Amino acid sequence: MKRFLAAVAAALGIVLTAPAMAQTPPGVLVVGQIAEPKSLDPHAVTAVNDFRILVNLYDGLVRFKDGTLEVEPALAESYEVSDDGTTYTFTLRGGVTFHDGTPFDAEAVVFNFERMLDESHPFHDTGPFPLSFFFSAIDTVEAKDAHTVVFTLKEPYAPFLSNLAYPTGLIVSPAAVEEYGKDFGRHPSGTGAFKFVEWQPNSRVVVEKNADWWGGAPPLQAVVFRPITDANTRLAEMLSGGIDVMVETPPDAVATFRDDPAFTVYEQAGPHLWFLILNAKEGPFADKRVRQAANYAIDKQALVENILQGTAEIAAGPTPPAFAWAHDDGLEPYPHDPDKAKALLDEAGYDGAPLTFYVTEGGSGMLDPVAMGTAIQADLEAVGMPTRIETYEWNTFLGEVNPGLEGKADMAEMAWMTNDPDTLPFLTLRTAAFPDKGGFNSGYYSNPQVDELLEAARRSTDQDERAKLYKEMQEIVVDDAPWVFVANWKQNAVTSDRVENFKLQPSFFLMLQEVAKN
Amino acid sequence: MIAYVAKRLLAAVPVLFGLTIIVFLIMAMIPGDPATAILGSYATPENVERLNRQLGLDRSLVEQYLVWITNLFHGDFGRSYALNRPVIDEVMERLSATLLLAGTALVLASVLGLLAGVVSAVRQYGWTDRIVTFLVLVGISMPAFWLGLLLILLFAVTWRLFPASGMVAIYGGGGPLDILRHLVLPAVTLAVVATGVIARLTRTAMLEVLRQDYIRTARAKGLRERRVIFRHAFVAALVAVVPVIGIQAGFVLGGAVYVETVFQWPGIGSMLVNAIATRDILLVQGGVLVVAAAYVLFNLAADVVQTLLDPRLR
Repeated sequence: MKRFLAAVAAALGIVLTAPAMAQTPPGVLVVGQIAEPKSLDPHAVTAVNDFRILVNLYDGLVRFKDGTLEVEPALAESYEVSDDGTTYTFTLRGGVTFHDGTPFDAEAVVFNFERMLDESHPFHDTGPFPLSFFFSAIDTVEAKDAHTVVFTLKEPYAPFLSNLAYPTGLIVSPAAVEEYGKDFGRHPSGTGAFKFVEWQPNSRVVVEKNADWWGGAPPLQAVVFRPITDANTRLAEMLSGGIDVMVETPPDAVATFRDDPAFTVYEQAGPHLWFLILNAKEGPFADKRVRQAANYAIDKQALVENILQGTAEIAAGPTPPAFAWAHDDGLEPYPHDPDKAKALLDEAGYDGAPLTFYVTEGGSGMLDPVAMGTAIQADLEAVGMPTRIETYEWNTFLGEVNPGLEGKADMAEMAWMTNDPDTLPFLTLRTAAFPDKGGFNSGYYSNPQVDELLEAARRSTDQDERAKLYKEMQEIVVDDAPWVFVANWKQNAVTSDRVENFKLQPSFFLMLQEVAKN
Repeated sequence: MIAYVAKRLLAAVPVLFGLTIIVFLIMAMIPGDPATAILGSYATPENVERLNRQLGLDRSLVEQYLVWITNLFHGDFGRSYALNRPVIDEVMERLSATLLLAGTALVLASVLGLLAGVVSAVRQYGWTDRIVTFLVLVGISMPAFWLGLLLILLFAVTWRLFPASGMVAIYGGGGPLDILRHLVLPAVTLAVVATGVIARLTRTAMLEVLRQDYIRTARAKGLRERRVIFRHAFVAALVAVVPVIGIQAGFVLGGAVYVETVFQWPGIGSMLVNAIATRDILLVQGGVLVVAAAYVLFNLAADVVQTLLDPRLR
């Protein structure tokens, strides 16, 4: 027995005296991600988690200007849009090469879009490309000369530029796709500020400085992305110095980091909206006054402060304020006013019929859906609207909600994150977007005026004119109240005090081109 | 013996085969499909249909299953669409990580459990027995994920003795010593429950054996107590304990799911959880098949060891 204990002690000694806890080296940033990336092929993925890596490996023709959701040139030096809004001509930056050494030129751009869109393209089978419909408005892509690319659209489509700035529009090396085929997603090659080094499945993705980057070499030597799916474990790694940057910090933990001088907390509101879809086709919510009453009844302040603990802001309408140019700053959120809600319910002759409320257990951008659903239920019952919650796992939930609420439920939770002010209302608020017509208008809201405004905004190529149309739309929609507008999520990140120049973007992409670490 | 092992292995084939059908049916029955999981908010019927076609999921269930099983007989487990790599690569990598974790935990649990069981049986109703029995009860009752978080908090965050998660250090990692350091906390967490179960059974089995006549005879012969206990009683008690260790191996594999999630251990448990959430049916199929095969093998091994220990069974 004594000998056994001695052996155990010796073994422990060896393990414990091994090189002191690995502090992350200077110049190398370790980022705690929420999951393993699906692929490093920007055309094949849909998750923000993957985008965080991709925007550092690749560039697009255009990108979002620092701190905004406005588009500026990137791999294209400049671009021109024809007056009818159907021809986009890009002049490409010269002298840029992909990480594999092949030149970036107009032919490469054509290859990228044809691979995604043309089912007969020899490398179309390296997909699938789930978000390729972002570019379904494209009729043809042509290389006019080595440095000029012309996109011809089937019809005017104003969100086209924002879609190009989205990761689905990042440009990959055709030579690398040809070499690796279906495995390109594990052997990525782009033009970005960082070059791919290795991907150890379930452990890390490593990228290193691209000293020749056209935007100037980044200060960091390398970045390591570590997948840590469990939020508590991510927290422990941050506290124990195993990672330098942590994203999507749970609300509970943000306060801890805020009080600790060894860490810095960053927050940035994004193009996100958390709302309740109301069934405007049948039941109590068919009456606009009952829908407005629900907006008055729900205490958004309490939801944002107590449940989300300040990780979100109260939403006023259908367009998140992150779309600064298109958001109507004059809109006020529905105040929490139970008396007004009761008065509206009486006026509408609401008979206290029970409501069915679909709640999800989790899901992308859904924040804390069960706790929020329960609090909302209590608020509604307080004004005399008995509410029955039905909870579903996320995929099941989408399967129930997306085909429409008719005959099943009166309301459902939902959240969207988009890259253009067009996307959400166009897909969810138009009459032509009813579920049976292939859209997401699961609550069957229909207002011809809104339909017209959205169609016109999509056709226009003038940003000021679009802004005017969107603002008009927001006012009507807020008054019609097809949804309960609840919250706009603020993305957060925590860094250790060794990290400098860190910044979050409204796009929620993690741009590391200027970040440094001591 | 060889004939026996071969017979048992053959008998496992229909079990595994039936299992693939059940898993396939369950995956087909749960709502939501991979295309919806991939597209999330953008899952319009049109987009879902297009993506399902590209993924080959627009064919009938029977057809899909036949394609899968035919490929399997050619040694092809298919390609995971969520991870975009061959299923077999992912499964084997994950399985080896799990086997390392579960194997270490099982060895730890067996050694500690047998030791604790023997000690408390020999000192029945003494203080040692009471303390061991109490600790064992605490061990059995403690939820593994909670214990894991507690250990992380103490040993990784407060004292910084062990890494909080992962299997290798992000920098300069990968050596056996590095993996060992990462292994300590999850293996201990995983071993706790199994240690308790094994200790309790060992104690009971030992108490029974110690009452037997031949033990009295051995003592009467004037053999040293240590020899009586370890040579005579312990080996006999082991016959009753070994099959339990075999069953515990199954539980340890199952329990690995939580522990792997808490410690971010890149094992097959956390892989299966993710695969189910993303409706990655081929990965689920491959993973379940391999885990089930491992389970069958563990039990077979336990039976073989038992036969070797107990001459009556030969």
